[in-house]
Amino acid sequence: MGKVVLVTGVARQLGGRFVRRVQREPGVDRVIGVDAVPPEHHLGGAEFVRADIRQPTIARLLAEHCVDTVVHMDVNGTPLGKRGSRTMVKETNVIGTMQLLGACQKTPSVKRLVVKSSTTVYGSAPRDPAIFTETTPPKSLPSGGFAKDVVEIEGYVRGFARRRPDVAVCVLRFANILGPCADSPLAQYFSLPVLPTVLGFDPRLQFVHEDDAIEVLRIAAGEPARGTLNSGTFNIAGDGVLLLSQAARRLGRPTLPFFLPTVTWFGSALRSARVLDFSPEQIRLLTHGRVVETRQMRETLGFHPRYTTPEAFADFARSRGAGLLPPETLARTVDRIADRIAVALPAGRGLK
Amino acid sequence: MADAKVIPFGEEPRTKRRGRRSPAPGRTKRAASLTPVPAPRPESGGRPESEEPATPVEGPPQEGGGGWERKVAHGLNFLRRRITGDYEVDDFGFDKELTDQVVMSALRPFYEKYFRVEVRGIENIPEKGAALVVANHSGTLPVDGLMLQVAVHDHHPAGRDLRMLAADLVFMLPGINEISRKLGHTLACAEDAQQLLERGEVVGVMPEGFKGIGKPFSERYKLQRFGRGGFVSTALRAGAPIVPCSIVGAEEIYPMLGNSRTVARLFGFPYFPLTPTWPWLGPLGLVPLPTKWTIQFGEPIPTDGYPAEAADDPMLMFNLTDQVRETIQHTLYKLLVQRRSVFF
Repeated sequence: MGKVVLVTGVARQLGGRFVRRVQREPGVDRVIGVDAVPPEHHLGGAEFVRADIRQPTIARLLAEHCVDTVVHMDVNGTPLGKRGSRTMVKETNVIGTMQLLGACQKTPSVKRLVVKSSTTVYGSAPRDPAIFTETTPPKSLPSGGFAKDVVEIEGYVRGFARRRPDVAVCVLRFANILGPCADSPLAQYFSLPVLPTVLGFDPRLQFVHEDDAIEVLRIAAGEPARGTLNSGTFNIAGDGVLLLSQAARRLGRPTLPFFLPTVTWFGSALRSARVLDFSPEQIRLLTHGRVVETRQMRETLGFHPRYTTPEAFADFARSRGAGLLPPETLARTVDRIADRIAVALPAGRGLK
Repeated sequence: MADAKVIPFGEEPRTKRRGRRSPAPGRTKRAASLTPVPAPRPESGGRPESEEPATPVEGPPQEGGGGWERKVAHGLNFLRRRITGDYEVDDFGFDKELTDQVVMSALRPFYEKYFRVEVRGIENIPEKGAALVVANHSGTLPVDGLMLQVAVHDHHPAGRDLRMLAADLVFMLPGINEISRKLGHTLACAEDAQQLLERGEVVGVMPEGFKGIGKPFSERYKLQRFGRGGFVSTALRAGAPIVPCSIVGAEEIYPMLGNSRTVARLFGFPYFPLTPTWPWLGPLGLVPLPTKWTIQFGEPIPTDGYPAEAADDPMLMFNLTDQVRETIQHTLYKLLVQRRSVFF
C-alpha cells in the first residue's frame, strides 16, 4: 500500500514544485494538492482539490482519501498575487493551520505531518545571540505580522504533537528561501533597483536555495533514513552568511541608507504603494540580521544542503539580471586603472 | 600623578625590584619585547586571497620602486574584491580581510606610537584551540578591548584573532554595531561565547562590564565584581583554558572625575563621564591621554580536568572566578609597582 500525501499551498511556486517532486518518490501512491485558488503552474499527475483550509471541509478531504502524510506549506508572509490582503494571509496562516491540525487529529490515518515554518520565529533584536539554535528563546517576541503568525502556528503544532503522539511531526524553520523563481518578500526586496538599507547596520543574512528547500521537505515527508530522525524542529539554512552590503555588491545594486526611524515610514510608503511588502519584521531583519545553527539539520535530519548561502544567492542573482552597478563592470574599471598605472610607470613593469 | 594604592609583595625585596627596573629603560626594553610578527602566518584556509603574504600597510619594507608598486597593486586588488563583494565573513559577521588590512592598520598607530603598548606573556595564549582571555576593563571608552585585540593580532606567533565579547549597547548603536561585528566582536552572552569556544577561537571577555569601564578615577585598578562568573562555566563547558590578562594604562586615558546620571538616563547610557576635558572642550575632550600601557597575559588556568557536571557547581564557579580575579588584581598591583610613571 503506497502513501497518500496531501500538500497545502500548492498555488505557490514552491508548493507546486514540491508536488511535482514528491510524486516521483518511490512508495508514494497519490499526491493531493490543496489550495484556495487554482495554481497557474501544472502539478504533474497530482490531483488538485480546490479547498480552503480555513473551512472544515479539509477534514472530510483527509478522511475521504485516507491521507497518511500531510505537508503543510500554506504558511506565507505575503499574499499570493497583488490582490490579497495581509488579513487574508494571517487568517490562512493561523486559522488554516488550526483547522488543518484539527482535521489531522480526527483522522486516524494521518501518520506524518510536516510544517513549513520560518526562522522569523526567533525575531531579530540587538540583544539576541549571534547564532540561534532550535532551543533559543526569542528575546523580544514578535509583536505582529508574519513572525507572530509563525510563533502561533508553532504553538498549535506543539499542541497537536502532544495530543497525537503517534504522528511524526516535523517543523522546518526555513531561512529566507531564494532561487530563480522564489517569490519571498526578500526576493522582492533584492529585485528593487536601489536597495534601501538602515544606516549604520549591516545585517548578516542566510539563505536557502529553492532546490534545497524542496529536497529537505522531501526528506521530512518520507521515512527517515537509517541513523537519522525526521521528527522534531529543525533550522534549515545554507552554510555561511552574507552581509547585506556584500549581497548588494554581488548583486550590483546600489544601496540607499536611511535612518532607522525614516526607514519605517519609507517601508510603509512602499507597502501602501504595493511595490514591496516592507513589513516591520522585514525591517528588523534588515537591521539586525539573523543567523541560525544548522547542526541539527545535518546530524539528526541527515540533510546536507547542496547550495551554501553565497551560492544560493549567486544563483538568485543570475536569475535577476544585472543591476545598476554590475560587479563585472566595477572589476573591469579597477583593472583598467591598474593597467593605466602600469603603463604610466617608467620601468614598464606590470602590476600583476 | 599618584598611582593607586599599592599592596607590597613579599616575593622579592623592593631594592631588588628597583635594581632590576633601572637598567631597562622603557625604550630599549620595549624594543626587545616588541619583536614584530615573526613569520607570515598560516591563514585559516578557504580564502582565495590568502596567498598574498603582505598587506599594503604591514608589508615588509622593500627596496626601490618595486615596494610601492606592489602596494598599489595590492591596494587595487583589495579595492576590487571589496567593491564586488568578493570576500568572506564568518557566521558572526567577522570580516577578517577588512580587520587585517584596514582596521588593524588604523589602530596600530595608536597602539605603537600613542599608547606604546608593551605586551608580556603572549605565549600564554595557546597556539591553537580555544582559550578564554579574561581581562580587566577600564578607561570610560572601551579602547582597552581594541588594544587587546591589536596586541593578540600583532604579537601572537600564530597570529590568532581575538574575538571580543561586547555589551549589548554596542549592538544597539548604529555604525558601532556594524564595525564591531566586522571586527569579530559578538554579544557577551553564554550562547555566543560557547559557540566561539567550540569553534576553537580565542575569546576575550571583560567580566567587569560597565562596572569596570565606568568606575570613577579614584577607584582605578580596583577590580569590580566579575558579574555572576558566567564566563567560568562557559570555559568549563568548552574545556577551554582561562588566560587572565591585566591591562595597565587604560585607567588613565579618560580620568572619570564625575558621572552625570541625569544625562546618562536621558540617552539611555549606563554612565555619562565627566573628565577634565569632556564635555567641556567638546570633541577635543574625546582625545585620550597618551598613557603608557602594559598588557600582561598570565599563566593559563586549565579547565579540562573537571567533570562535565562541574559547570553547574556554584561553589567551584565562585572559587575559579575568585582565582582568576585575584590573579588579575595581583598582576595589576605588580605592574603598577614596576611602572615608573603614568606617561612613560
